[in-house]
Amino acid sequence: MSPKTLYDKIWDAHVVQQDDDGTCLLYIDRHLVHEVTSPQAFEGLRMSGRTVRAPEKTIAVPDHNVPTTLDRASGVIENEESRIQVEALDKNAREFGVHYYPVNDVRQGIVHIVGPEQGWTLPGMTVVCGDSHTATHGAFGALAHGIGTSEVEHVLATQTLIQKKSKNMKVEITGQLRPGVTAKDITLAVIGATGTAGGTGYVIEYCGEAIRSLSMEGRMTVCNMAIEGGARAGLIAPDETTFSYVKGRPHAPKGAQWEAALAWWKTLYTDEGAHFDKVVTLKGEDIQPVVTWGTSPEDVLPITATVPAPEDFKGGKVDAARRSLEYMGLTPGMKLTDIEIDTVFIGSCTNGRIEDLRAAAAVLKGKKIKDGMRAMVVPGSGLVRAQAEEEGLADIFKEAGFEWRLAGCSMCLAMNPDQLAEGERCASTSNRNFEGRQGYKGRTHLVSPAMAAAAALTGRLTDVRELI
Amino acid sequence: MEKFKKLTGIAAPMPLVNIDTDMIIPKVFLKTIKRSGLGVNLFDEMRYDRDGNEIPDFVLNKPQYREAEILVAGDNFGCGSSREHAPWALQDFGIKAVISTSFADIFFNNCFKNGILPIVLPPEQVEVLMKDAEKGANARMTVDLEAQEITTSDGQVFTFEVDAFKKHCLLNGLDDIGLTMEKSAAIDSFEAQAAQSRPWI
Repeated sequence: MSPKTLYDKIWDAHVVQQDDDGTCLLYIDRHLVHEVTSPQAFEGLRMSGRTVRAPEKTIAVPDHNVPTTLDRASGVIENEESRIQVEALDKNAREFGVHYYPVNDVRQGIVHIVGPEQGWTLPGMTVVCGDSHTATHGAFGALAHGIGTSEVEHVLATQTLIQKKSKNMKVEITGQLRPGVTAKDITLAVIGATGTAGGTGYVIEYCGEAIRSLSMEGRMTVCNMAIEGGARAGLIAPDETTFSYVKGRPHAPKGAQWEAALAWWKTLYTDEGAHFDKVVTLKGEDIQPVVTWGTSPEDVLPITATVPAPEDFKGGKVDAARRSLEYMGLTPGMKLTDIEIDTVFIGSCTNGRIEDLRAAAAVLKGKKIKDGMRAMVVPGSGLVRAQAEEEGLADIFKEAGFEWRLAGCSMCLAMNPDQLAEGERCASTSNRNFEGRQGYKGRTHLVSPAMAAAAALTGRLTDVRELI
Repeated sequence: MEKFKKLTGIAAPMPLVNIDTDMIIPKVFLKTIKRSGLGVNLFDEMRYDRDGNEIPDFVLNKPQYREAEILVAGDNFGCGSSREHAPWALQDFGIKAVISTSFADIFFNNCFKNGILPIVLPPEQVEVLMKDAEKGANARMTVDLEAQEITTSDGQVFTFEVDAFKKHCLLNGLDDIGLTMEKSAAIDSFEAQAAQSRPWI
């Protein structure tokens, strides 16, 4: 048998039927659902008299629209459209009998944080969600990707997707990271190197010593942004780190099933000599703490660099860079560390897990944020929030001057009231720096949690290595 | 789903690279629980000022492009989120085909589910079509899905590739849920087998 990649193995295990032209019907093991991309899909089912084929494999949680302020417990969402969407999910989840974590359940949170936390996401699975950051679950060696609402309806009705296989791409990070450099810096550095279309048509497998050394939280951060690199999905082969994270989670297998699962999971790696269509290698030691300067996630530079000029680019990127610089209000040649910020956001499915909060708190401990700075921490789930309180992290944030919020997507995409005002500039641990992403004419610099904390202290983009 | 066979219409040039889904339809319009009515907010932040007035320079606000049915766009069109609101907004506006050197994967798939044909062509051909689109309303472009051909206003013809199954669905306006439901016996037997080999699922 010819050697297979990890992607090949998971794919092959889920093909229900294959047509002559390579179009496959792929079985879906887990379907995650949130309130923004699902109402039209449930409505479609209703209109055609269809039902949810596998409600036991479907998990719903509201996250995008929910307020994160402490008065949320009162149950009132002031924005009417947001309220209607959250209520629609509530109604649909109950009517179709899927697993459901309502707003005031302590387990509620961002769908990509809740799935792994509850043990819904397991190695070797196919996982989909009407959300591009479904790539996150690839950290477990699960084939996980975002889908549109029509496909959400397709999965609800049939538990399958019509798919063609992508090509295999390997991203290897050799060696070890230097102090102050994190998983976020890895994933941004990769996008900086390959561009936002560099992964288009591929599923990426991340490997190498620096990846192996990451915790599950770090691996999720890396895979989360595979989509910003254009890839359908990101994968990391499961290992002892994965197994020990999964073991004992509420929906992880137990007893004899655990043993059987483990035996299969241990076969989920890329065989020696398997073919990759594209290979990218970065040295872990070369990666520095990075920030984005523009309005595309590929606009990545080390924090020690200066703002580029449009002429530094080629082709269509020249005009795009000019537009970005104007939008961001930056002048070519200025030092990135001279960029003053007024807002700091720590959270999102990229960086809203416990390790992210620990990294930020370590920088903030015993210090105060700059006067006038608006800074907030939005834990990725109610359970992350509870754990952070137990570990004393919440007190560090509050004493430093951060707002300590309830779980949700929040200012990552600003569908709830957490938004930037026109011209405000944010150091954000989220995943997209698009125009208007965090609020109309708001300006976003993507950074790691430690870098965000450093910026909150100094009031400008800051090299965290100077503070540790 | 509406069928797509052959279209002759106005093409609007949008040479900017990396036009993302937040540009196509900003998140404030994702709060709908319907699919329809998003066309008025297509490219909202590029198209209107803060008071809701049209920005005259924006391509789809120019008189010659208000009825555009084709977009010729810069590299990596539709990058970003999985929101199907992006093709819903394009379709509601009246866009039926988008031509670029590359598309983001999820957006590309979403187009086909909504009767929109995304076409990938090499950079030099997109450049020719961009120039053709810049000629304005009197220059009509033809997109023929059956023949897999684009004809410029001055008769230049480019052929394009399209997945055979997706082409079949688009030509016939097929709903793929219906097609998959016909395979339910195969899904049943896959599920039964998986329940044996991977019972923890």
